[in-house]
Amino acid sequence: MTAAVHTSPGEALHAGAEPYYEDIVKKFTIASVFWALVGLFVGVYIAFQLAYPALNLDLPWTTFGRLRPLHTSAVIFAFGGNVLIGTSFYVVQRTCRAALFGGEPLARFVFWGYQLFIVMAAIGYVTGTSQGKEYAEPEWFVDIWLTIVWVAYLAVFLGTILKRREPHIYVANWFYLAFIVTIALLHIGNNLAVPVSFFGAKSYSAYTGVQDAMTQWWYGHNAVGFFLTAGFLALMYYFVPKRAERPVYSYRLSIVHFWALIFLYIWAGPHHLHYTALPDWAQTLGMVFSIMLWMPSWGGMINGIMTLSGAWDKLRTDPVLRFLVTSVAFYGMATFEGPLMSIKAVNSLSHYTDWTIGHVHAGALGWVALISFGALYHLVPVLWKRPSLYSMRLVSYHYWIATVGIVLYITAMWISGIMQGLMWRAYDSWGFLQYSFIETVDAMHPYYVVRAVGGLLFLIGGFVMAYNMYRTVRGDVRVERPFEAAPHGAPAE
Amino acid sequence: MVDKTHYDTHGESKPSTDSPKTMGHEWDGIAEYNNPLPRWWVIVFLVTVVWAVGYAVLMPSFPAAKEYFAGMLGYSSRASLRGDISSTADARAAWLEPMKTMDAPAIAANSELLQVAMRGGEVIFKENCAACHGIGGVGARGYPALVDDEWLWGGTLPEIVATVVHGVRSEDPQAHASLMPAFGRDGILQRPEIAALADYVLALSEGKKGAEAGHALFEANCAVCHGANGEGTRENGAPALNNQIWLYGNSRNDIVAQISNPNHGVMPAWGGRLSDVEIKQVAIYVHSLGGGQ
Repeated sequence: MTAAVHTSPGEALHAGAEPYYEDIVKKFTIASVFWALVGLFVGVYIAFQLAYPALNLDLPWTTFGRLRPLHTSAVIFAFGGNVLIGTSFYVVQRTCRAALFGGEPLARFVFWGYQLFIVMAAIGYVTGTSQGKEYAEPEWFVDIWLTIVWVAYLAVFLGTILKRREPHIYVANWFYLAFIVTIALLHIGNNLAVPVSFFGAKSYSAYTGVQDAMTQWWYGHNAVGFFLTAGFLALMYYFVPKRAERPVYSYRLSIVHFWALIFLYIWAGPHHLHYTALPDWAQTLGMVFSIMLWMPSWGGMINGIMTLSGAWDKLRTDPVLRFLVTSVAFYGMATFEGPLMSIKAVNSLSHYTDWTIGHVHAGALGWVALISFGALYHLVPVLWKRPSLYSMRLVSYHYWIATVGIVLYITAMWISGIMQGLMWRAYDSWGFLQYSFIETVDAMHPYYVVRAVGGLLFLIGGFVMAYNMYRTVRGDVRVERPFEAAPHGAPAE
Repeated sequence: MVDKTHYDTHGESKPSTDSPKTMGHEWDGIAEYNNPLPRWWVIVFLVTVVWAVGYAVLMPSFPAAKEYFAGMLGYSSRASLRGDISSTADARAAWLEPMKTMDAPAIAANSELLQVAMRGGEVIFKENCAACHGIGGVGARGYPALVDDEWLWGGTLPEIVATVVHGVRSEDPQAHASLMPAFGRDGILQRPEIAALADYVLALSEGKKGAEAGHALFEANCAVCHGANGEGTRENGAPALNNQIWLYGNSRNDIVAQISNPNHGVMPAWGGRLSDVEIKQVAIYVHSLGGGQ
């Protein structure tokens, strides 16, 4: 089967016009793979630190407390961010039949400006320069720099949409735009701070007490909602139908679930602060909006999975499509688990335990990373004008290694988290706590080891991908048995 | 625009025969069907919305300028917490009240209260004491083991209670406090003398008679606290030296270091951090670990 992935009608129609600027997408692709390996490596390292604390090395720069934000920012903002910006530049040009607004200089500024932001943030984490807000650790001067870069990014993206040569704006671009605009709002809103001195790094948040906590989780929850959900749904809406060569299942569903998702997500932040000083009424609102968010989230899953109607057989022959479809399945799982965990009765058990970590990684590894890998595998041969990837078999190996890694990771965290929550709340008949804190830590050790091994598998998969892409870019094609479609009428395997 | 897609129609994944029409647009080769919203999706979505409204009516939900809508059930998480705390307190009252008025030996003499105190003491010990003294009181270098009958400040229940309440070299004015002189650092003894003393202490611990030079130094400098035969004294918290139990190591170098510039352990005063009843319980637990007197 020869899927003509890079001679699409869009490109043909575009002939004669200003050429797409895709060199920048190559840069973002390389950066994505590089930061994925860095972020995953740091994640594996701190996972082993939790199992074997001696790995903290008794140095301030290598302690869990400093490496943990390095890991989260490297995977979310460095890996995820480069994937989002890179694919958005690719998708917006092709679906608008217009070259990037601002041309090469502005796009290059966004690329290098964003990498500078990542490096400044990373140096801050390791040296202990942090404003102590989860997922918003960089200090005020880094925040200002990111704001400048982000406005430039918005200009490129929105400008391209405005000069489009298609009558309608494709659904993927709605999601990208929602992601870009909302992240700008969240970033500025949560990072309002007063620097202590003009030349010093230290600042204090403009908010205090429970307002600060609420602002932080309005930001934190919607970073998940608009960075890791809306942004990657944009990828889903382009790469799944593209790869499956099938029309999107339902335009109507895409409209309804888009607006429902955008409207409902922004209110759900208080579920991170159940049973805290946050007023009861705010906790209630956070919880009910989270429950109402369930179906709007699943709208994206339905549109992704159902787009494969009539093309399910492609999963046998195209491991790249397997990445994309499995990611949508994990998306569905994580967006069911999220509303479930927002219910106060469930949250009283799950909060502060490893269950949360498992939930986040079901989304981060299963959804965000897998759909990114699928998109990157699709992009590399197209961008470098190669006939195919170096090896589809390696893609398949990557798929299985990564999937087994995710399953080990999240099952270990489910068991460990629920066990931890039950041990914390266990009282005996005299009213004494059944377990001391250190006993709960001790009980979690085997699951920490399993989790670290799961993460290690995921990292190994990342190296397999990097190698495959490197050989593809070099123009190599591996001699291997191709994936063949089952003959007509043959029973399914 | 016509739907140009053709299906490879083998297998189970054949689209429905009345294939839906696309929207007529195409972006980079991607078209869109306009399938209706799945009915189950709409129903579940509406159910969650109705449930959300119902929950918000029953529970505290909407804010106003100064007050907020408290909900028809009148739920409050603070009131709920107060209820939980008072019901736990009720469950505890049966043993807590008698323990308040009884002293530790009296509690230990009552078999029912002893059971409760042992369990409570274990919990308190693990949360507060085990970080230094180890789980089960096995001790560590610099932190006395509590499972043996060697006591620095006394191993009877009242003595253990006093140590826990006031601590050792803590900020509490009644804390146990004694300092061994830094014989080397402060120039009280010369290096050869310290070496001779270390040899003497090593011999003492092995039940042997040490050299005469060391014996004279020991009598002049150490015996006042550690006892003429190295048996130790409780009032000074001076450890016995005539046995194989060591707080800061049993090598000759360790002993030389301790004589020259001694380590002094610190234990916080737990009075005020733990309640009187908790202290009695933990004392009973520690007393039971093996060496209570």
